[in-house]
Amino acid sequence: MLRGRAWKFGDNVDTDIIIPARYLTSTDPAELGAYCMTPADPEFPHRVRKGDFVVAGQNFGCGSSREHAPLALRGAGVAAVIAVSFARIFFRNAINIGLPIMECPQADAIRTGDELEVDPAAGLIRNLTRGEEYRATPLPPFLREIIEAGGLVPYVRREVRR
Amino acid sequence: MSMTAAEKILSSHAGEEVRAGSFVEASVDLVLANDITGPLAIEIFREMGAERVFDPDKVVLVPDHFVPNKDVRAAEQAKLLRQFAREQAITHYFEVGEMGIEHVLLPERGLVMPGQVIVGADSHTCTYGALGAFATGVGSTDVAAAMALGRLWFRVPETLRLEFRGTPSPAAGAKDLILHAIGEIGVEGARYMALEFCGPAVEKLSVEGRLTMANMAVEAGAKVGLFAVDAKTREYLGKDVRGVETDPDASFTTKVLDVAGLPPLVAAPHLPSNVRPAEELRHVRVDQVYIGSCTNGRLEDLEAAASILKGHRVAPGVRVLVVPGSQAVYLAALRRGIIEVFLEAGAAVSTPTCGACLGGHMGVLAGGERCLATTNRNFVGRMGHESSEVYLAGPAVAAATALTGYITDPREVVSYAAG
Repeated sequence: MLRGRAWKFGDNVDTDIIIPARYLTSTDPAELGAYCMTPADPEFPHRVRKGDFVVAGQNFGCGSSREHAPLALRGAGVAAVIAVSFARIFFRNAINIGLPIMECPQADAIRTGDELEVDPAAGLIRNLTRGEEYRATPLPPFLREIIEAGGLVPYVRREVRR
Repeated sequence: MSMTAAEKILSSHAGEEVRAGSFVEASVDLVLANDITGPLAIEIFREMGAERVFDPDKVVLVPDHFVPNKDVRAAEQAKLLRQFAREQAITHYFEVGEMGIEHVLLPERGLVMPGQVIVGADSHTCTYGALGAFATGVGSTDVAAAMALGRLWFRVPETLRLEFRGTPSPAAGAKDLILHAIGEIGVEGARYMALEFCGPAVEKLSVEGRLTMANMAVEAGAKVGLFAVDAKTREYLGKDVRGVETDPDASFTTKVLDVAGLPPLVAAPHLPSNVRPAEELRHVRVDQVYIGSCTNGRLEDLEAAASILKGHRVAPGVRVLVVPGSQAVYLAALRRGIIEVFLEAGAAVSTPTCGACLGGHMGVLAGGERCLATTNRNFVGRMGHESSEVYLAGPAVAAATALTGYITDPREVVSYAAG
């Protein structure tokens, strides 16, 4: 069970907002995290606390294939991303690196500052501030297996040895 | 049973019959990475315990984003890519001097064939759908896995067929068709789907025009953007190849787009779906015009721009940057006198690079500046400062805008023959 505050963003949050391309000369999550979401909120990396959640509307992570985007979110301390929907490459990247993401039609009800309790495995989001409970769309078994293996890296490591 | 092209291609690469919605592991014919996504993929490749790539002929590494090296850190990343290419004896590594923007370069080099499965750690990998390949953008971990194993997981996409009916204005081109489509279906209108482009208006397009359209499939959220293989494809490839086609009674959705009389279009900030006729944006003055990128950096694009700029000077106070998409495009443009046209018009011509399209280098915008660009994204801060703005259009609008200094329908500065 994860517990933290929500940071709310709108629809179509693109990868240039999550991490602008000029910072892509690094692959270090901590360094990337220092610039995470700054085009939308310059104070975000300073104010977000470890374990907080990014919450957004439709098509979160659209744009570039840069895996630096989920890495930056993780580097900034974000524990999970909850959105109405995700763009496909961001979705893949998050699954592959093991950043919990939850597709939730009711994500729009969440506001910045709301205290959330989140169980990614069960797909449960509890909004403690508003006394509400939301359900995330369950992930297909194939993807749950990758997540349970700890991401794509351990999976491939097993295959490489074979 | 009837199948879509996407289902057929993935089935043939998975070794089993697969349907939309299912998850499969499929073999890949080509794996691509660049100087931004490659270094991360290499790091993860090692972390996976892999020692050799699955096939050094099927891994393509192209330093194109921040090269020629924009600073020391970019130089280090390009070096990492170069060293890995040497260590793994990668056949298709393209150094500065022979390189190009990856999605201009790969088709040009004959590396893309119909029916292939191609993954690239670059979202615009979907460009190759113009040649009938199932090509899609993935992340660095994906590319690391594909380099190690020669296969990767996919969700088999549903198919959305866009049928373009009617004859657009002669001033409108491939870019206007794809901007119109994105404007109609929205930036997530094809999320997770395979787009198919068909209808008389797109069949008339050259392969270069089709590459422009397939390139922006991702801007509608799509996984791939497929074109049927025809005589033009075969001529372009110089090979008697056949495409993989969707069965008429397969399960897919069709959306008809009426493009009769379609005018030149522009996508205003900050979404590629924010599409308006160019003539409605005459009040928008620009500081920079950018002609290039994986969307519109091919010879046909440079020709379209040059035909409008020829014999004229760019408007005072407007910086006009032309970036040929590859060395071959540059050389062909030079031999045809196109480069001379640009230089005489007062435009700057650079070596191929993704550079300014993503706010990297060679044309980054200052605060409050506006750029009309033939690129593919107009997100906040895409080409530089967060308060700068990017308007997307085709090369004809870009050239017309370069002459006037405000967003201009090319019909305002040149006359087009009817039909």
